[in-house]
Amino acid sequence: MATQAMSLLDLEFMRLALATGAVVGVLAPAVGFFLVQRRMSLIGDGIGHVAFAGVAAGYLLGVSPVATALAASVAGAIGMEWLRSTHRTAGDQALALFFYGGIALGVVLVSAANQLNANLFTFLFGSILTVTRGDLLLVAGLGLAALGTVFVLYRGLVAVAIDEESARVSGIPVPTLNVALAGLTGLTIALSMRIVGILLIAALMVLPVMTASRIATSLQSSLVLAMGIGLGTVLAGLVGSYYLNLAPGGAIVLLAAATFGVVTSVQAVLTARRA
Amino acid sequence: MPVIAASDVRFAYGRGQTVLDRIDLVVERGGFVGIAGPNGGGKTTLVRLLVGLERPAAGRVELFGAPPRRAHHKSRLAYLPQRAALGLDAPITVRELVTAGRTPLGRLLRPLGVGHREAIDKAIRRVGLTASAHRPLQMLSGGQRQRAFIAKALAGEPELLILDEPTSGVDTKAQEVLAALLDRLRRELGVTILYVSHEFGAIEPYVERLVVVRGTIVFDGAPVDLPQRWHDPSHAHGDAGHVAA
Repeated sequence: MATQAMSLLDLEFMRLALATGAVVGVLAPAVGFFLVQRRMSLIGDGIGHVAFAGVAAGYLLGVSPVATALAASVAGAIGMEWLRSTHRTAGDQALALFFYGGIALGVVLVSAANQLNANLFTFLFGSILTVTRGDLLLVAGLGLAALGTVFVLYRGLVAVAIDEESARVSGIPVPTLNVALAGLTGLTIALSMRIVGILLIAALMVLPVMTASRIATSLQSSLVLAMGIGLGTVLAGLVGSYYLNLAPGGAIVLLAAATFGVVTSVQAVLTARRA
Repeated sequence: MPVIAASDVRFAYGRGQTVLDRIDLVVERGGFVGIAGPNGGGKTTLVRLLVGLERPAAGRVELFGAPPRRAHHKSRLAYLPQRAALGLDAPITVRELVTAGRTPLGRLLRPLGVGHREAIDKAIRRVGLTASAHRPLQMLSGGQRQRAFIAKALAGEPELLILDEPTSGVDTKAQEVLAALLDRLRRELGVTILYVSHEFGAIEPYVERLVVVRGTIVFDGAPVDLPQRWHDPSHAHGDAGHVAA
């Protein structure tokens, strides 16, 4: 087993994938934690579709799809927050607008760039073969900066998650914190798409948080546990997808969903025994 | 200078029907005022106007002598909206909740110092929840949860505390404990309290003034002077516990 693990780490593409995955595994639930508390779990899905349009724009313009996806998803996330906070549309309508608008724009741009090919699939569902050293540097640099931002803004983000209106009334800069969270969400999605894929990244932001909330006894322990579960499922999913020749995004998200299922089932059994 | 001053205020949501009209209300420092009225009578809308979450269509609202949106001075106002915070998905301890109430006073980007942490402990102590400080809110009774939210408000050392339907879903005994606690806090800390509820039996012994809202202010005076037709004897206090719809 140890030999197998060593041989796995001998492969540079796996080292790059695991290192990038480690950052993504911690970052996605850390940002998703605040989205789940605010009943905005599906926002990641909407922004993921905007990121798809960004990838397509990258192909069309001949520049890095990661960079264009980053710009598109951060701009999309802030745009959704603007629509939500100014009540120009209901929350779910803003989501639908970006959801369908993003995927439609992506398809149009991709077909214009003649790039409806297998390479596009690596962005949609993740890949362990295509992570480059440049990707790792970008994900590590921006990912650690994003984690630092979550840590620094933690108290403010918690106060807004508990109750946005009373936070606003008591003088907390709620609009600034909301824009910061939207920006972090867009950033997380763009950074995570190489590993988990645009279509599945939102699950990695939500499922570990749901699992952690069932076990933890406080907000802080819930956040830390969610980050741990995210890290564990990403690393295990990447290793599993290598040995079983599976798309990493699917393997990671299925593992995260299975973890939730196991925790919920064990809790149900324990509750039934106590009754 | 009054803490709250509203004059000739009118409000409607969008271009819809007028919800509130001809509202004149002045609340002086240190007062304990109950805002009562039937559901749909405009109590919550009035409170939202007073704290600056809504803008009046006509008239003027002042909080601490300034328009409410400008008067969002840190710590001067604590507002507990209806069903505050129970929508959180993750478990939250009493201490974490109360810490959120202290957040406006500390520097947002820096950890809270010793003084802030002591103020948080003090707020928890004041509401009698020290033994439950590290327990998840979800495991506490309705009355204990309400006291935790009061502690959150107190952690910010506010001059004005506004509570909107703080006792919904809480039994009569817990309502009375909360009312007595609020009265003690007002006397000890000098906090001005605005207590909004369609049930006011529990606070009746403590409030010096009751304002009844039914689209406009239909009564503003001492609870004992409330016209008999608005009394509902079904409440445990048996006299003026509930404003009939």
